[in-house]
Amino acid sequence: MMALKKIGSQSMLFPSGAWIRGRGTVVGKKEGSGPLGSCFDIVLQDDMYGEKSWEKAESKMLKDAMMKAVQRAGLEKENIDVMLSGDLLNQLMSSSFMARDMHIPFLGLYGACSTMTESLVLGSILIDGGFAENVLAGASSHFCTAERQFRLPVEHGNQRPPSAQWTATAAGAVVISGQPPGPGIPRIRAEAATIGRVIDAGIKDANQMGAAMAPAAVDTLLNHLQDTGRGIDYYDLVVSGDLGFIGREIVMDLLVDAGLPSAKVRERYDDCGTMLYTKDQDVHSGGSGCGCSASVFAGHLLQRMEQGELKKVLLMSTGAMLSVISPLQGESIPGIAHAISLEVE
Amino acid sequence: MKDSDEKEKKLRKDIGKAYGDYVKQFTPSPAYVSNGIKAFLVGGLICTAAFWLQKRLQDGGMSETDAGAFVTILLVVSAQLLTGLGVFDSLAKFAGAGVIVPITGFANSMVAPAIEYKKEGPVLGVGSKLFTVAGPVLVCGISAAVAVGLIYWMIGRIQGV
Amino acid sequence: MEGILNGLMDYVWAFVIGGGFCLIGQILMDATTLTAPRILVIFVVSGVILQAVGLYEPLVKLAGNGATVPLPGFGYNLAKGAMEGAEKGFLEAIMGPLKATSAGIAVAIAFGYVISLIFTPKSPKGN
Repeated sequence: MMALKKIGSQSMLFPSGAWIRGRGTVVGKKEGSGPLGSCFDIVLQDDMYGEKSWEKAESKMLKDAMMKAVQRAGLEKENIDVMLSGDLLNQLMSSSFMARDMHIPFLGLYGACSTMTESLVLGSILIDGGFAENVLAGASSHFCTAERQFRLPVEHGNQRPPSAQWTATAAGAVVISGQPPGPGIPRIRAEAATIGRVIDAGIKDANQMGAAMAPAAVDTLLNHLQDTGRGIDYYDLVVSGDLGFIGREIVMDLLVDAGLPSAKVRERYDDCGTMLYTKDQDVHSGGSGCGCSASVFAGHLLQRMEQGELKKVLLMSTGAMLSVISPLQGESIPGIAHAISLEVE
Repeated sequence: MKDSDEKEKKLRKDIGKAYGDYVKQFTPSPAYVSNGIKAFLVGGLICTAAFWLQKRLQDGGMSETDAGAFVTILLVVSAQLLTGLGVFDSLAKFAGAGVIVPITGFANSMVAPAIEYKKEGPVLGVGSKLFTVAGPVLVCGISAAVAVGLIYWMIGRIQGV
Repeated sequence: MEGILNGLMDYVWAFVIGGGFCLIGQILMDATTLTAPRILVIFVVSGVILQAVGLYEPLVKLAGNGATVPLPGFGYNLAKGAMEGAEKGFLEAIMGPLKATSAGIAVAIAFGYVISLIFTPKSPKGN
């Protein structure tokens, strides 16, 4: 059988229809006091969230974001056929323990910080292919859990270089459905997607995540535009996941280098990592982590689409595919980016 | 086959180097001068205070070695207490190497990982994590010193014969 | 008068040498991608080596705590213990390093353990 929905080299269309029905977000205190603070459903006063450990807190954040999305969709937990989710922790601790409480068929995903788009793409595939009626897709990260796993302990005395990024304490989830929402509700449709390749540009410095992932974002975006025959101005906003201020500059420079019009690139392209915090929140190069693009997408971007400010958005979460031991073995940091196109009908 | 693998590796290395240089233009450099001044002043102050205390203890009739040990103990205890109170990371953020290079940094590097692994239990959590950073320091330092001791002992034997 | 001036100079040297070590550490942290554990190891081991070749002792004579409080001073004490032990015999050469530094290490482990059990980690200040 021919792959009817595949276009170009690595992209696909969702002609049967996959609609975003509900969305939910939970963020930490710092994220809540950032410029997007008012967009989120729940802002924590304490990043422990009343739990005994940070991992449990992250798990609870993810669960509450999932439940909020189901509730907004006007559905019950029982209506969800598949739940897709991931986080940054070893063996997907936050997601798996969240799924333990949810009693919904569950697939755990790891795409580092690209997980939100990974779950959106796979969720849309399941819906468009007719394998599920309603899919929950989400991702989470927590500053304290990620930091102690990947870098140094939080209480450890060290200085963060200007290129370092801040792992967002945030969780975001959406319900993707085969049925469009009822009349009067904006119809936001997942319309096309591009699955990214792992690109390694040889960056070894763990404090240069944005630079390590930028080439992957550029590769995915250029392939997406070529596969679909679109220009960057087809979209109202092309938004990468967590490249931060440095990574965003690199992407813009590389895109212009690849022949895209400079003015349009500056006008249409942005990065979630630069949106979540203000510069005076001491986050250096911006936000990172699965929760960064998950919460900015589910909290801020979808809200703007509902309000009609944005019609066509390309979300492109970016991930750094390093492990805890790979830098010790002298490996550089491979990057990945997936893209999903969303349109208001 | 092996040839192309080697080629790919070399190519990757070259790309990494070129891209690393390219990225530098987008990366703001750290505030070398102000960071350096802060580290110098704070580090100098800690050492001067330690020196003052050492002198007081020696004036009180303590031997130089004992006084030195007490000064070390005091520095270690205060750094660990400040870490427990959650103050040390803010201090280090300001002073950088000024509090990391003195023995206070070593003391902090023990408590910081251990305190985070409380939930994993007092034995395999706190007990083992005390040494995530301090372990390598002790292992390398003590091994080097034992090697020095043995070399000196052998030299002594050869000269003695 | 001269005595007071000499006493004052001791403090100045302690300040300058101690601060100087920290300055070197700061430059290492800012200009290289070395992580904190590596920098600590480099400092301690270089203290051991400098003392072994006889370069660190004069620095301690000059700056006192300015040379012993920074981490190379820890390496200096380890090596000094080993070298003094080596004069007494094989076993002493091996026990020397830990003997000379046992107070600091014992307190760092025991007190660190207690502190870690008492206090809970704080999440970074959100603002």
